[in-house]
Amino acid sequence: MTLNINKIRDDFPILKTLINSNPLVYLDNAATTQKPQSVIDAITDYYTRYNSNVHRGAHHLSNLATDAHENARKTVQKYINAEYDHEIVFTSGTTESINLVAFSFGEAFVNPGDEIIVTEMDHHSNFVPWQMLCDRKRARFRVVPFNENGDIRLDILEEMLNEKTRLVAFNHVSNSLGTVNPAREIIKMAHDAGAAVLVDAAQSIQHIEHDVQALDADFYAFSGHKIYGPTGIGVLYGKEKWLDAIPPYKSGGEMIDLVSIEKTTYNKLPFKFEAGTPNIVGPIGMAAAIDYINALNFSDIMTYEDKILEYGRKRLLEIDGLTIYSNAKRRASILPFNIAGIHHFDLGTLLDSHGIAVRTGHHCTQPIMTALGIEGNVRASLAIYNTKEDIDALIEGIYKAMKLLGR
Amino acid sequence: MASIQEIQAEIVKNFSYLPQWDERYAYLIELGQKLESMPNEYRTEENIIRGCQSLVWLYRECCDGIVSFQADSNSLIVKGLAALMTQIFSEQPAEEVLKADLTLFEQTGLNKHLSAQRANGLMAMIDEIKAFAGKCAAGEA
Repeated sequence: MTLNINKIRDDFPILKTLINSNPLVYLDNAATTQKPQSVIDAITDYYTRYNSNVHRGAHHLSNLATDAHENARKTVQKYINAEYDHEIVFTSGTTESINLVAFSFGEAFVNPGDEIIVTEMDHHSNFVPWQMLCDRKRARFRVVPFNENGDIRLDILEEMLNEKTRLVAFNHVSNSLGTVNPAREIIKMAHDAGAAVLVDAAQSIQHIEHDVQALDADFYAFSGHKIYGPTGIGVLYGKEKWLDAIPPYKSGGEMIDLVSIEKTTYNKLPFKFEAGTPNIVGPIGMAAAIDYINALNFSDIMTYEDKILEYGRKRLLEIDGLTIYSNAKRRASILPFNIAGIHHFDLGTLLDSHGIAVRTGHHCTQPIMTALGIEGNVRASLAIYNTKEDIDALIEGIYKAMKLLGR
Repeated sequence: MASIQEIQAEIVKNFSYLPQWDERYAYLIELGQKLESMPNEYRTEENIIRGCQSLVWLYRECCDGIVSFQADSNSLIVKGLAALMTQIFSEQPAEEVLKADLTLFEQTGLNKHLSAQRANGLMAMIDEIKAFAGKCAAGEA
């Protein structure tokens, strides 16, 4: 079976937008993805028919809202193949999920002299929280470099791992290099050394395999808005044993069991980590997005996206003076590049004037830019609705910009 | 010397001849290309204004209450914008620079394309120009 891309494009109303009289060519999917009509409808339907607070009301609407909210948890559980639905904690996004673990795991398990390992290709949101934890706990913050192709130096990771390593955090797919890291292998290495592992799945959840049990991830974080869902909702998966063993990170209503002046006991999982009225509609929208993906065949999505990615890579490399910064053994979604003599901001601005949306800058990965010896670059990033025609429009836009910039 | 308002009006008129965004960017790029590169001795750490995406260098002088500026950037479009800023504010009385209302971006529609991009260092450059004019007017520069 193959995907019907025209049908898929029709499902995303924003793709019909004109920018400066040009059809939108949306190639900034690593920043956020567009939403299919079914997601927009699910959100509207919630506010139109059954908006109500969850888990507390004894009335009809509250029951409807609670069911939809909790069914969304089950949808996420199935999508990532978690063992239990209470291992799914709703957060505001990947950043909050990682901060939760950095705080709560840090409180429970990290002591002075312990070590935390991240990689040189991690997004700032999977870098700075660990750096802050290490400062707070006087622990050692260690960073595994990547090689000239953008592959993690597993040999150095092997050397770094020791009995003091408490946790290894890494992204499954780099938002800046497009590298697909050998997650299973990294997790096994960390486990063999007795360390827990957090996988930042923000750029992998929508593009590649995402089975937390097959990976054996201890913690796994992603955002709804990068998988065709709404913003402001994310997921932290944690193995039950870890979520039980770490303290709450926020407190308030919902997360408590009994409160008295002497002592408060906490609610069971996952509510222990969900203080206050949650983002009720967020999970409903995110579940609609996952349902949308589930209605397609995921291996078809992977095959199709790889085909467009490789086509984009081939076309970009035809351009004189173009350097591509994605050369790892296995890659997904991301096409980062610069053209000699052209500032990335100029190229991005001129592409925008033709309706081509890309990201320019350091993509919240300054350590990568430092390692590459550049200030920033242009990043085109793909999603399920992108086509060869989008790539052709990008290439044509680049040639026009080069001409305008005197190249 | 034309006043700040007269120079702004002239620039707005030039943009009005260029209805297409392609042409407007081409004009900015041309301004950027024509603007003389800043001598290396002025490209110091203290003259750098950091945008999120591009670097701007701004050299400032104050003489008898008159401010003058030289600017440069590693982005050609930002350099074009910097050229506009020096055309407008350089060789002007500091008092006038302080009072000046920068309407050019709204009038040309450039704000719609660039305002979200505080990134480009333009806003920081304008703040710096105003702050320096304040010091110059107060006899502190």
